[in-house]
Amino acid sequence: MCLAIPGQIRELLPDDEMAVVDVMGVRRKISMQMLVDEPATEGDWVLIHVGFAMSKISDEDAREQLRVLEAMGDDADAQAEARGYAFGHAEDESGGPAS
Amino acid sequence: MKYVDEFRNAELIKRTAEEIRRLADPDRRYRIMEICGGHTHAIFRFGLHQLLPKNIDLVHGPGCPVCVLPSARVDEGLEIARGNDLIFTAFGDMMRVPGSHGSPLEAKARGAEVRMVYSPLDALKLAQDNPDRRVMFFAIGFETTTPSTALTILRARERGVSNFLVHCNHIMVPPPIRAILDMPDMTLDAFIGPGHVSTVIGCEPYRFIAEAYGKPVVVSGFEPTDLMQSIAMILRQFRDGRCEVENQYARALPWDGNPAARRAMETVFEPRESFEWRGLGFIPGSGYRIREEFAAFDAEAVCEAPGVTTLPSDPRARCGDVLKGALKPSECELFGTECTPETPVGALMVSSEGACAAQFKYAHVTISA
Repeated sequence: MCLAIPGQIRELLPDDEMAVVDVMGVRRKISMQMLVDEPATEGDWVLIHVGFAMSKISDEDAREQLRVLEAMGDDADAQAEARGYAFGHAEDESGGPAS
Repeated sequence: MKYVDEFRNAELIKRTAEEIRRLADPDRRYRIMEICGGHTHAIFRFGLHQLLPKNIDLVHGPGCPVCVLPSARVDEGLEIARGNDLIFTAFGDMMRVPGSHGSPLEAKARGAEVRMVYSPLDALKLAQDNPDRRVMFFAIGFETTTPSTALTILRARERGVSNFLVHCNHIMVPPPIRAILDMPDMTLDAFIGPGHVSTVIGCEPYRFIAEAYGKPVVVSGFEPTDLMQSIAMILRQFRDGRCEVENQYARALPWDGNPAARRAMETVFEPRESFEWRGLGFIPGSGYRIREEFAAFDAEAVCEAPGVTTLPSDPRARCGDVLKGALKPSECELFGTECTPETPVGALMVSSEGACAAQFKYAHVTISA
């Protein structure tokens, strides 16, 4: 339930307070709205929970977190979750108003 | 040490296990509750309890949101969706949580429109893609998850989405800990605090546990090393006669948590007077509801819940005693017989973060230090 998935920021989409992240090879949009107080930049690692970046973490911790997910048998779930984020596509298609 | 050896810090884990043995006073017992279900899962998965001396008991706390959700809320959510022709959406973990008349998955099998989502933003997208339908997100989770629902409601309002509803079952970590501490048969000595919840609420909300109840708290990360170090930190507090809140997870967890996430949460939600927890009963101020300002998104405010009947749960299921730490999962008569991860009677068997499912699944994990 409280899966925290490390992802690396590939592209910031500031108009929509979102970012494109790479999660174990899967590219998805996530919300950056929780990190307004500590802005992230491209290349930074973040912990992702239910489609939102929760906190910034170091490269080393991101790698260790990936190993923990794997050892816990949660890596497939984490990848399925990232792959399952569907909301990014709506933004692409509608080009909805920037918030 | 099969699983533990997979980590870069296997040597550190062994050293910490030795330190714990040195620190533990052989003339007393230590009963330490790990609050978070993620910690419970990790402890069983890596067999960490087997690295501890016999006089340290790990007690598995209430920090698994699907496990503590009472049948009545599942029943109400499904009934609101059915009675008002809503599309019911929820996280995957929620799908198998038993209500009195079955889980959301079973409701789906009977023809209800139930869909799994990975993010509340997915539920919002479903509403935007289906403007002629109303979509309800059945929201569960602790303070880790609550800000996501809050930000999704704020986004729905900004974008003028009028067919999106939330059935709010968000809950808080500190109130059930206070409730457990107030129980007359309480025998806990210390707490391992939840790492991810604390990235939102920070470490201050646990201060009452140390100051008013005299129990040490160490907020911990999720790696085997983190959990072992947190236990050593707790034992050092006992050795030094200290009683405080410490942050073992400082590399990812600022003491003050995430103020932006809390602002969103406080903008959209307010505490309920009381909320029911499976196995623990009603606990004052332990749940969130949607503020009146956002009532247009509140399924409980907008929709009637006609004819919800909740059946009493199986009296033989001892989930409450397990949650309180008064009973080990395997001591319940239903454990592993009638109640299994495939056929859960109680919710602690539903999620791998629940004490019963974790013990059932990993009972075979044995390690030698």
